[in-house]
Amino acid sequence: MISFDLKPYRDQPLYQALLLGAACAVVSLLLIGGHQSTHQSISDHQTADKLAMLAQVLPASRYNNDPLAETATLSSDVLAAPATLMLARQDGHFSAAALQLAIAGWGGVIHMILAVKPDGELLGVRIISHTETPGLADKIERGKSDWITTFDGKSLLNTSGNAWRVKKDGGEFDQFTGATITPRAVVKGVHQGLILYQQWLSTDSGEKALATQMEDAA
Amino acid sequence: MSQYRQIFRDGLWDNNVAMGQMLALCPLLAVTTSATNGLGMGIASLAVLLLTNTIISAVRGVISPQVRIPVLIVLIATVVTLVDMAINAWLHDLYKVLGLFIALIVTNCAIFGRAESFASKQPVPLAAADALAMGLGFTWVLVAVGGMREILGSGTLFANASLLLGSHFAWLETTIIPHYKGILLAILPPGAFMALGFLIAIKRLIDRRLPSDSSHGLVSIQPHG
Repeated sequence: MISFDLKPYRDQPLYQALLLGAACAVVSLLLIGGHQSTHQSISDHQTADKLAMLAQVLPASRYNNDPLAETATLSSDVLAAPATLMLARQDGHFSAAALQLAIAGWGGVIHMILAVKPDGELLGVRIISHTETPGLADKIERGKSDWITTFDGKSLLNTSGNAWRVKKDGGEFDQFTGATITPRAVVKGVHQGLILYQQWLSTDSGEKALATQMEDAA
Repeated sequence: MSQYRQIFRDGLWDNNVAMGQMLALCPLLAVTTSATNGLGMGIASLAVLLLTNTIISAVRGVISPQVRIPVLIVLIATVVTLVDMAINAWLHDLYKVLGLFIALIVTNCAIFGRAESFASKQPVPLAAADALAMGLGFTWVLVAVGGMREILGSGTLFANASLLLGSHFAWLETTIIPHYKGILLAILPPGAFMALGFLIAIKRLIDRRLPSDSSHGLVSIQPHG
């Protein structure tokens, strides 16, 4: 048995130093190997998840370009990170825009994606990832509840600034039992996304995109 | 084989991770808002515990007692990270459900507790059996606490189980009380303390009724607390 041969050495400081060094070396190699053999697959899954997420808010019938190719970065103090705008085109005509953004929730940053028609009406909103309390605040996920679909069809025009709040704060969106901060953050994020989109429309690239809009797209 | 019987008796009841040793309360209280969440956390912990106990028992002759703690910690952290990466890469659908829990396993002191008090002193088959028993014991307590909180808090049992176990298990999802408003307290953290407290009280009541069996062969190497 190997343990017998090592016993006389195990109390030596040198043995212990070597043991610690060897343990760190072995786990580093294991982690490098693990990362090498999984990172490609993990990033493929993440891209696939992103496209699948995009497909949920943006019907495939609305575009035939690669929305991940034509993007713009929009920043705002309200958001946790600059938002990414992706342009969807149907035969070269501007047909919709998707906006990926992140806002601070209760347990961490909530990443979400929303799609709007060129005129700023929401096609849909979905949560990409979050670290909110499981079972309590995860009703923002489409798989757990249909709360997130209450945003469909909303726009800055048909919903006034004060209505962009949860009901507890006097707005028109429901909060959850035991979780107000999470839906409040999502509502704020969606509202901010629409404001950013409206601001982007008045920039050069926004006006250029609007000029390629189809006559009946709105 | 009474040794194995004793190991399973300890793991599932007498010296249960959550109700006897009072370990792993952080993940226990944090994720048990539903029975499904409890089951997910339980399965993930069981898998990690089985791996760490087996590995640590296999290399126990090499590890010197003076530096065992850093070596065990780095081994456990590595196993958790590798399991996290492997599930993310190859079982991505499962990862979308369990992903949240896997990182939490690092906070599970029961894993380190079993490594330190059992696996580092016992041969591999016993260490693996101990991991299985402790993991199953932890899982049933998680499911029980999750179930109690879910019924009181949302009126359902095993909601969203098909996300975790696949669509074959959709029949598990039951609504116990239809149109139920829910007791908010049960889902909030205090509800977890209360549910666990009731479970422990019930366990102690049962233990008092049972004829006391003081022939615990392995008790000396399983410290409480």
